[in-house]
Amino acid sequence: MIGFDGLQEILFTIKQNKLRTLLTAFGVFWGILMLILLLGAGTGMQNGVESQWGGDPDDAIFFVPGTTSVPYKGLSVGRQIELTQSDMQTIKQQVAGIRYISSENQLGSFRQAGSIITYKDKSTNVAVFGISDDFFNIKPHIEFPFGRQTNPYDTDESRKITVLGTRVAERLFPKEFDPVGEQVNVNGITLKIVGIFWDKGWEGRLSERLYMPLSAYQKIYGSGETVNLIVARITSDYDPAEKEKEVLELLQRRHNIAPDDRRAIHSWNVAEQTGETRAIFTGIDMFIWFVGLGTLMAGIVGVSNIMIITVKDRTQEIGVRKALGATPVSIVGTLMVESIMITAIAGYTGLVLGVAILELVAYLLNALNLSFAFFKNPEVNFQVAITALLLLIGVGAVAGLYPSLKAARIMPVEAMRAE
Amino acid sequence: MIELKAIHKSYSTGQQQVHVLKGVDMFVAEGELVSIMGSSGSGKSTLLNIIGILDHYDSGHYRLAGTPINGLTERKAAYLRNRMIGFIFQAFNLLPFKNAMENVALPLYYMKVGRKERNRRAMEYLEMLNLTDRWNHMPNELSGGQKQRVAIARALVTQPKVILADEPTGALDSVTSQEIVEVLKNIHDLGNTIIVVTHEHEIAEQTQRQIILHDGLISSNEVDADILPIRA
Ligand SMILES: Nc1ncnc2c1ncn2[C@@H]1O[C@H](COP(=O)(O)OP(=O)(O)O)[C@@H](O)[C@H]1O
Ligand SMILES: [Mg+2]
Repeated sequence: MIGFDGLQEILFTIKQNKLRTLLTAFGVFWGILMLILLLGAGTGMQNGVESQWGGDPDDAIFFVPGTTSVPYKGLSVGRQIELTQSDMQTIKQQVAGIRYISSENQLGSFRQAGSIITYKDKSTNVAVFGISDDFFNIKPHIEFPFGRQTNPYDTDESRKITVLGTRVAERLFPKEFDPVGEQVNVNGITLKIVGIFWDKGWEGRLSERLYMPLSAYQKIYGSGETVNLIVARITSDYDPAEKEKEVLELLQRRHNIAPDDRRAIHSWNVAEQTGETRAIFTGIDMFIWFVGLGTLMAGIVGVSNIMIITVKDRTQEIGVRKALGATPVSIVGTLMVESIMITAIAGYTGLVLGVAILELVAYLLNALNLSFAFFKNPEVNFQVAITALLLLIGVGAVAGLYPSLKAARIMPVEAMRAE
Repeated sequence: MIELKAIHKSYSTGQQQVHVLKGVDMFVAEGELVSIMGSSGSGKSTLLNIIGILDHYDSGHYRLAGTPINGLTERKAAYLRNRMIGFIFQAFNLLPFKNAMENVALPLYYMKVGRKERNRRAMEYLEMLNLTDRWNHMPNELSGGQKQRVAIARALVTQPKVILADEPTGALDSVTSQEIVEVLKNIHDLGNTIIVVTHEHEIAEQTQRQIILHDGLISSNEVDADILPIRA
């Protein structure tokens, strides 16, 4: 319908009507640019929230001992509660629906990287944990760039092996190096590496750990009966919140804790936390959609207006062209292609610039080592961006279609008379 | 070539209805050079626009080269405007953002002639109208007479059978006007049918026949007996 010659004719017209072209182009460019930046900022916020989030499965429940705060059965407050391996065994036996259960036993003070790990001439801090076999089943999101997780044989034979977090491995080994099979020294004990893991939880801080089989841990350090944390996953036919309550009550009975004592044992379930996180995500999502659709609407109204004005502006020209033998098809086609070309090029420019700005921001955040709790890795969902662009182009074309059809259909004198 | 029978045309402006053409009968044979005269507002432009298929008429019959111009599709109308008719407007109606050559070449674009050939032919007609050295001037860089000559070149470039000129000298001084008339006479000598709307007697007198439009009707129609068709 248009062909190369038609395209040249269109390009020529565009070149001769710079201001109008620029106005249309700028409207589209700006709309898309703002949309991209907005989407990017939104994802940045989402990524920020997500990075704060452990990534534990929805059916996990956690128990951490504390100190009593309510007097009970003649026992005074301020008593330190110690959860033990036998608590774990009891839960496993008495509570229905426990799929996996494991403890975390940490050497030294809880949640501090208190041990020194050495490989050849390099050493760094690490938090040493003894774990039972179910541990990696409870945290299925943990990835293994190298090697494997612990297995029942390691536990049975109390092997002196370890699974090391990537954050620790990075400080000991060169990049891309596969350390599986290497020997490391931890507080004077030699351990063989069988795997390297990556746990995105706590912004990757959970990867600053070293895990070893609980049996070996107990043998080496002579402790391990008391545990720092009990974590379990329950089968899908039970409600995590109810199971959390049931286990908590069991533990309270076993340790003579008042049922209303909130500080003696801290417990939580992921499903509840996930619900809260989801609510934040939904909030951010709704905000993005609200502002995004607003921006898009403004863009659409702008483009439509300019298209209508453009056609009105050119009615006289259309009259002359018709008098010289232009068919309505060629007139409408030319106007449409012109509009689509301008909006597409402008929109694409906005898209590219928007993405470039986001990349730059992400790059700067990384390069300057800035990390904000609620903003991380701004990026844009390309499909959404392209859809928005196509929508803008399409609506621009449709908005121009009606007036151009009208202008193309009226008789030449009438068109030429138009002001 | 052109046959009009009982053509009626009225404009409605708001509540009022102006009956401009009240049953015009008119015949122009192939190769004629005729003028349409009449006072201002008598409907000369209206009539010429209808002949040029630039406007609708309310009732009557119009045949152009044997083709009934009634309920034409837009496509067919465009085709006839492009191939059959060259229209010269009083206000020139050049596209302001195209230079002289591009303006002249435009009808050829709608005839689907390639760009090179378009420009070659446009230059040919500009040469014929002594505008070769102005080919790349924009309309606002040309004098009235030059603009009108560009418009004439544009009307001629598709070699249409019929040339329609609506007061082609209306905006020009007498010397330039005479030049334009000479050009039209030259084109007529090439065998074209030409209708010139004018209110200037000096110009009308140089045509073969004068049609006078008065009160919506043709009041004087001095037809050369030789060129009248035999009507049943
Ligand atoms: N578009 C229009 N709307 C309303 N009235 C019109 C229109 N065009 C022309 N007229 C009227 O029709 C009459 C004839 O106009 P026109 O054909 O331009 O006359 P001429 O060319 O002989 O001066 C005039 O009275 C004019 O006002
Ligand atoms: Mg007139």
